[in-house]
Amino acid sequence: MALLIDMKRNGDSLTVSPEGRLDTSTAPNLDAQLRPVLSEGVKNLEIDLKALDYISSAGLRLLLSVQKIMSAQGNMVVRNVNESVMEVFQITGFTNLLTIE
Amino acid sequence: MSELKLAAMVENLEPLTAFIDEQLEAHNCSMKARTQLDIAIDELFTNIARYAYGTETGEAVVSVEFPDGFAEITFRDWGTPYNPLEHEDPDVTLSAEERGIGGLGIFIVKKTMDAVSYRYENGQNVLTIRRKL
Repeated sequence: MALLIDMKRNGDSLTVSPEGRLDTSTAPNLDAQLRPVLSEGVKNLEIDLKALDYISSAGLRLLLSVQKIMSAQGNMVVRNVNESVMEVFQITGFTNLLTIE
Repeated sequence: MSELKLAAMVENLEPLTAFIDEQLEAHNCSMKARTQLDIAIDELFTNIARYAYGTETGEAVVSVEFPDGFAEITFRDWGTPYNPLEHEDPDVTLSAEERGIGGLGIFIVKKTMDAVSYRYENGQNVLTIRRKL
């Protein structure tokens, strides 16, 4: 039930691709890896969810707090959302909070 | 019926999910139902681990049955009586800035399960979720 996290930095842009499950067990790990990087001048954040199997509310809370950080310092897009993750976004109204492409 | 007794700690979410997934696979559960059940287990077990016993660690028993083409999972704990179904639903129309962080988990459970019920009996919180396989 692990989460693998791939991060690619290119100037002030960052692409993060979590693979696996974003839940109570794994969200703190992503949070700890992502936050320090965001504070180093990231203006464009892309979160690529093509390899994410599912997300629980712990993952949603993390996305919400990252969205707030990025709204203040640049912008954030979420890409390649699978069906089960999209369903959770729709139920919780996150389709309106996030920019999903 | 299979059941697992374990310390109600967030660290035990992984072994609990593995235990349930094994049962679901043996009953040819659809991928969609399994994903939704795994999410529900995260939300409900994490609630027990964080809140049922205050700062102490208590026990939880999780059992699974398969009546009539459904998976039925029951969570029991001996902690503070608490009915999570009474938690007010979050306002999902609010903006990022206005959003609180509470109540999302149980809301997801209510929306994705076919049935969710709570009762308090014999000093136990008993919460049951039911989802078509």
